[in-house]
Amino acid sequence: MKRLILALCVVAAPLWAVQPDEILDDPALEARAREISAGLRCLVCRNENIDDSNAELARDLRLLVRERLVAGDSNEETVAYIVDRYGEYVLLNPTAEGANLLLWLAGPLMFGAGLLIGGLYMRRRSTAAEPEARRLSAEEEDRLREILRE
Amino acid sequence: MITELGHFALVLALVVASVQAVIPLIGAHRRWPGWMAVAEPAATAQFLLVAASFAALTYAFVTSDFSLRLVVLNSHTDKPLLYKITGVWGNHEGSMLLWVMIVALFGAAVAWFGDNLPPTLKARVLSVQAMIGVAFLAFVLFTSNPFLRMDVVPFNGQDLNPLLQDPGLAFHPPFLYLGYVGLSMTFSFAVAALIEGRVDAAWGRWVRPWTLAAWIFLTIGIGLGSWWAYYELGWGGFWFWDPVENASFMPWLISAALLHSAIVVEKREALKSWTILLAIIAFGFSMIGAFITRSGVLTSVHAFATDPERGVFLLAITAAFMIGALTLFAMRAGAMQAKGVFGVLSRESVLVLNNILLAVAAFVVFFGTIWPLVAEMAFDRKLSVGAPFFNAAFTPFMVILGLVLPVGAMLAWKRAKPGRALRALAPAFALAVAVGALAWAVQSGRSALGPMGLFLAAWLVSGAAVDLWSRTGRGQGRLARLWRLPRADWGKAVAHAGLGVTMAGIAAMMAWQAEDIRVMQTGDTAEIAGYTLRLDAVRQEQGPNYLATVAVLTLGRDGREIATMRPEKRIYPVAAMPTTEAALHNGFLRDIYVAIGDPQEGGGWAVRSYYKPLANWIWGGSILMALGGFLSLSDRRFRVAAGARKVPQGVPAE
Repeated sequence: MKRLILALCVVAAPLWAVQPDEILDDPALEARAREISAGLRCLVCRNENIDDSNAELARDLRLLVRERLVAGDSNEETVAYIVDRYGEYVLLNPTAEGANLLLWLAGPLMFGAGLLIGGLYMRRRSTAAEPEARRLSAEEEDRLREILRE
Repeated sequence: MITELGHFALVLALVVASVQAVIPLIGAHRRWPGWMAVAEPAATAQFLLVAASFAALTYAFVTSDFSLRLVVLNSHTDKPLLYKITGVWGNHEGSMLLWVMIVALFGAAVAWFGDNLPPTLKARVLSVQAMIGVAFLAFVLFTSNPFLRMDVVPFNGQDLNPLLQDPGLAFHPPFLYLGYVGLSMTFSFAVAALIEGRVDAAWGRWVRPWTLAAWIFLTIGIGLGSWWAYYELGWGGFWFWDPVENASFMPWLISAALLHSAIVVEKREALKSWTILLAIIAFGFSMIGAFITRSGVLTSVHAFATDPERGVFLLAITAAFMIGALTLFAMRAGAMQAKGVFGVLSRESVLVLNNILLAVAAFVVFFGTIWPLVAEMAFDRKLSVGAPFFNAAFTPFMVILGLVLPVGAMLAWKRAKPGRALRALAPAFALAVAVGALAWAVQSGRSALGPMGLFLAAWLVSGAAVDLWSRTGRGQGRLARLWRLPRADWGKAVAHAGLGVTMAGIAAMMAWQAEDIRVMQTGDTAEIAGYTLRLDAVRQEQGPNYLATVAVLTLGRDGREIATMRPEKRIYPVAAMPTTEAALHNGFLRDIYVAIGDPQEGGGWAVRSYYKPLANWIWGGSILMALGGFLSLSDRRFRVAAGARKVPQGVPAE
């Protein structure tokens, strides 16, 4: 079910993910290109990075990344160059700026809150009196005495 | 004719479910045994009717009855029989019918096997389950009717999406649905207990098998889906943090938490309200999952209009059940007093930590999944949240979980002396550190991911072994006692070890995979991680309903030939769609993965080959987790009535 859209990407352009002719001769540069590609989204696909995508647009982006790297840009400059042209939407890894801070902090904050609540709960549990287990009723005391006598 | 009967059976099922939703509930409230007793035959009847309806649809698919719209859209006479059958649920309408059938099946299962439930609780559970049935039956009948006819009957159909014509994906949805819908059962138990106003150890014991079953099915379903992605998509990715994947992953995490907190309810009568809340949330995530998959709201933010009617209907169902259950929870949660007292260091407290970790992890996934929607609506920012975010934000919680798990699993209930568990686990820890250090020394890069993953895996697996061994007591005959340990103990150890195995696979695959992409002419060789691949031939073949380009490659190492690999690229003419069929050479420590691409302009073919270390461990671990669940489920104490005579526990320690 889930890959229907993915499939649509395939239909749109029956190309293939990274093509042999795209790969740079310099392995170090190519490794950097891969690193950058993994964080860039294929804009017409569903949640795929441009390395994995078959779409024409993803190929253009891959070539663009390599072009910038060959031109001597740093990784950050290359990403900034692409974000300038395609918008924030292209980043699979959202920045930690502005409202996105909330996204990044949500997990740690929740974890902290969970630990706090859990800790308080456990402190209460460890000091709580065990109502029926600790004290026997008078009736039970009698019964206990009876059993012990036997 | 059969189609009309199926349609009619579905309408009847809706009527029966409506009766089942109301009468037993009133009966339980007024203590009228006759009214309560309606629930059981109604649950059976509802299941039989939906099953008949499903059978009618299956019949239409198998006989290629192209007067049905659904069959035209999703089938073709040339399709192999297996995919004619799986085509029944390979589409929206049919899969919803399957969903409804499973809702009814779970209800019927409670009617058949729930002999040990108190009559009022049973009546209420079945009644709540029937409410879920009514909601989804109405959804199917009014917005997604699979029995609609064509005005003009075509000669042939439009074929099933070729990506779905695959054994892995054919059985992926039924398992997922068994899991999603299995959580409706725990939801029904939770709501019934809230109405009843009573949650005790017995309730914990009744609800646990259902949770466990749902979790097992989710594990298998997710595993199958990820395995399918691995071999089918052509580059060996196994998890994409796609909204739809996340939709199945969140219920898995929550049901794993629920599984553990229900143990605390059963053994110690604590964490009651939290467990009820988890049971409600777990099914909530299942329904949100259904909503996400079917409305298209998250696949693309602008696609809400693809089918607003269905989306709105599903959202309404989700909202109605969640608001209803949570209101009930707010009213009744105070009445559920915890009884058990436990120390800050005890099995209970580490299970609380387990629950915090799993719930927060699920929350992170949820937040990341809906964030693009929130950001666009509230902050007018169009952005994506993809794999890099989830890898960074989710993984730490799983690492903490893995670190704590072996120690927590060995702590005693109530008040634990951690020193004992730590001493027993010292060898396991030393082994794990050694494995991690070895991985660090051997690897070429300086990534911490691989060694960390292997360390956790060794720690979890050896920790599970130590835990089992420590249960055999002292003196002679420990090995014999090991085999006679309760199956629940074995299940726990196997499932925890499975988690470790999966972690090892994921870490190794992400840290150490190697790839080679090149143009190959016939006779060329490629090198990948010490293996050689020779392209022998490329030829065209004809399948039952597709055309295939098949490459024949010889895999070798050190001059020896190991295997012949035959990756394919298929074209399904009816659906006009290509698919890749990668060739895999499976090994215990690695897979070699080859896919063939397009012919190149200058002659030759694009060939992608990968070295995937520990690939099979990911799914091996999933199988172990599911197996552990089954072992636990088959434990004797779930089969004997609660409160029945005590089972002698093996041979007493000497």
